[in-house]
Amino acid sequence: MPELSYREAVRDALSHAMREDDDVFIMGEDIAEMGGSMGVTAGMLDEFGPDRVRNTPISEMAIVGAGIGAAIQGMRPVVEVMYEDFTTLAMEQIVNQAAKHRSMSGGQLKVPLTIRTQGGAGWSPGAQHAQQLEGWFVHVPGLKVVFASTPTDVRGLLWSAIYDDNPVMFFEHRTLYGIKEEVPDDLEPIPIGKARVHREGEDVTVVATGRLVHEALAAAQEAEGEGVSVEVFDPRTLQPLDEDGLVASVKKTNRCVVAHEAVTRMGFGAEIAAVVQEKAFDWLDAPIERVGAKFAPLPFAPVMEDYVVPDAADVLEAIRRTVGR
Amino acid sequence: MAQVLPAERDLRRVIGDGEGVPDGEVEGLSEDDLLELHRRLVQLRTYDERSLVYHRQGRIGTYAIFWNHEAMQAGSVYALEREDWIFPSYRESAIGLLRGMPASTVLSWWRGHPTGWWNPADWNVASICVPIGTHVPHAAGLAWGKKLRGESACAVAYFGDGATSEGAFHEGANFAAVMRAPLILFCNNNQWAISTPLEAQTAAETLADKAVGYGIPGVRVDGADVLAVYEATREAVTRARAGDGPTFIEAVTYRAAPHATADDPSAYIDPARVEEEKERECLGRYEAYLRRLGLLSDEAAEAVRAEALERMREGIAQAEAEPAPDPALLFSHALASPPASFDQDLAELRRVLGG
Ligand SMILES: Cc1ncc(C[n+]2csc(CCOP(=O)(O)OP(=O)(O)O)c2C)c(N)n1
Ligand SMILES: [Mg+2]
Repeated sequence: MPELSYREAVRDALSHAMREDDDVFIMGEDIAEMGGSMGVTAGMLDEFGPDRVRNTPISEMAIVGAGIGAAIQGMRPVVEVMYEDFTTLAMEQIVNQAAKHRSMSGGQLKVPLTIRTQGGAGWSPGAQHAQQLEGWFVHVPGLKVVFASTPTDVRGLLWSAIYDDNPVMFFEHRTLYGIKEEVPDDLEPIPIGKARVHREGEDVTVVATGRLVHEALAAAQEAEGEGVSVEVFDPRTLQPLDEDGLVASVKKTNRCVVAHEAVTRMGFGAEIAAVVQEKAFDWLDAPIERVGAKFAPLPFAPVMEDYVVPDAADVLEAIRRTVGR
Repeated sequence: MAQVLPAERDLRRVIGDGEGVPDGEVEGLSEDDLLELHRRLVQLRTYDERSLVYHRQGRIGTYAIFWNHEAMQAGSVYALEREDWIFPSYRESAIGLLRGMPASTVLSWWRGHPTGWWNPADWNVASICVPIGTHVPHAAGLAWGKKLRGESACAVAYFGDGATSEGAFHEGANFAAVMRAPLILFCNNNQWAISTPLEAQTAAETLADKAVGYGIPGVRVDGADVLAVYEATREAVTRARAGDGPTFIEAVTYRAAPHATADDPSAYIDPARVEEEKERECLGRYEAYLRRLGLLSDEAAEAVRAEALERMREGIAQAEAEPAPDPALLFSHALASPPASFDQDLAELRRVLGG
């Protein structure tokens, strides 16, 4: 089994699809010679040439809009928005167009577009370069939303996103690009809508996404030393959500903590909590705990950023709170 | 409909090359003005070079280098009045220095410290815009507001060549043109947008050509010629105050440094070209000009540098002396009237911090 970094795993899935399928191409800002702001597409220009690895003008709206145009003729473009903060510039295209074409054409038009983007705190880029906005998109009927946390997942899920006939928002986390994992020899597609249980446990289920999956695993390790057995559950795809897997896990552990880096209030975690109380209310032994960022714009100074975003210690505290009841 | 001429092709220049190309002069600039412009260029250069060192020491975050962009900033601001508003991009982060803002304030901004939040209304320098092109409509709106209120002030929006690809640039420029708002669209064309060269950004022959489509004048100027920049901006300001609307200024220079401290240009820029461009950098050219006029001696140049360095040393000392910020600021500045949820979050934060 080869070991790939998260960055290499994204590149591997893209390259694989582009080798097999002329209808797959990528475009975005600075993705060619430079390999993208995070080095994800490094070397791809040499293999696939400047037409299929396309540097675009700084035009997020046109990047996504042109992706839609290419997709409605049956191509499978993968466009990159350099920071997820800048999906804001393309919201009309994503929310009103990509997400609506199918239903507004009576199901006749499909938009097999993948919009890759990355973000997150942990390196102090400030209020306009570190947000976690995936929660905005799960709320839009017509979009699928993926947020992978490991090399294996990001590889298999990106493949599935490219071959999904719906527009997919594909979130990557900036701080995960360097992490490594052994991945299957052959690229195995991972179905969109299927969670991954990273660690089985008996006492509490921690539902975590993105960077917080790793924080949750660290917290689970600590908790084990305190005699608490933690199950770490990564939905991997936020929309659609693996509700069956989620509910089964909570029915087993009877406690639930939700952890994401996005702000807690009004967030994706609230939806998880709602699903759990709706479908597993009688199994719950304690209120569901939420872990996330404080409700404030992200500050630029590293110490201040630390105050706002959650880490393993916050997850551990939430675990203790819930088992203490 | 006002008649709009095709945008200019040639770069306006004032400073010669000391050989075949003769020096010109700008009407109305005294010797004192010329020396003041020099002092300002040196001030910006010193700030930039020291900041880079400061970044390498890990004392500020990612920093956007503006080496060889000083002439565009100093020249254009010299054509403004204090009442005029400046809308900087990250490339003009230290432009406030030209209005007397302390170096410690700008350094604190790059340190993410609250003392770096200058009040835009105190300096008529808007907050720095990092998302590309977003501030062009703000500048258009401020300029329109000035006109509505019958005030004579105008606004200048600074942005890069890459920013001209954004919808916000286009909409802001068109908006200001239609409203005849007193706006100067100042494009720093350093020919690169991170790794993307100008020819991958636009199919137009020049960026100034875009002005034709908005029905406003498009001016091209050598961005490393502080006097040409000054003169072109002065003309644009005069038009703006006369009610004739915006001007697009394309100032052409070359980004002879990485995009920012996190960038390694070796993958996409030919280092030989960078070295060539460094030879033509704006401060050296202006100093040579002043020397040809007999206005600058080695001692005088040294004194100006020493003064700028001293200001920078003071600035660094002052920025470093600031106590760590109170975490409560996270919440108290987010909304004018903080909701109860902020108090809860703050209480929680204080509990975790043990205070
Ligand atoms: C809306 C938006 N998209 C992308 C970026 C990422 N980005 C930061 S700087 C930059 C290049 C800007 O180039 P240019 O406008 O020429 O200005 P310069 O940096 O050369 O001064 C890009 C693409 C951003 N900050 N904002
Ligand atoms: Mg540029």
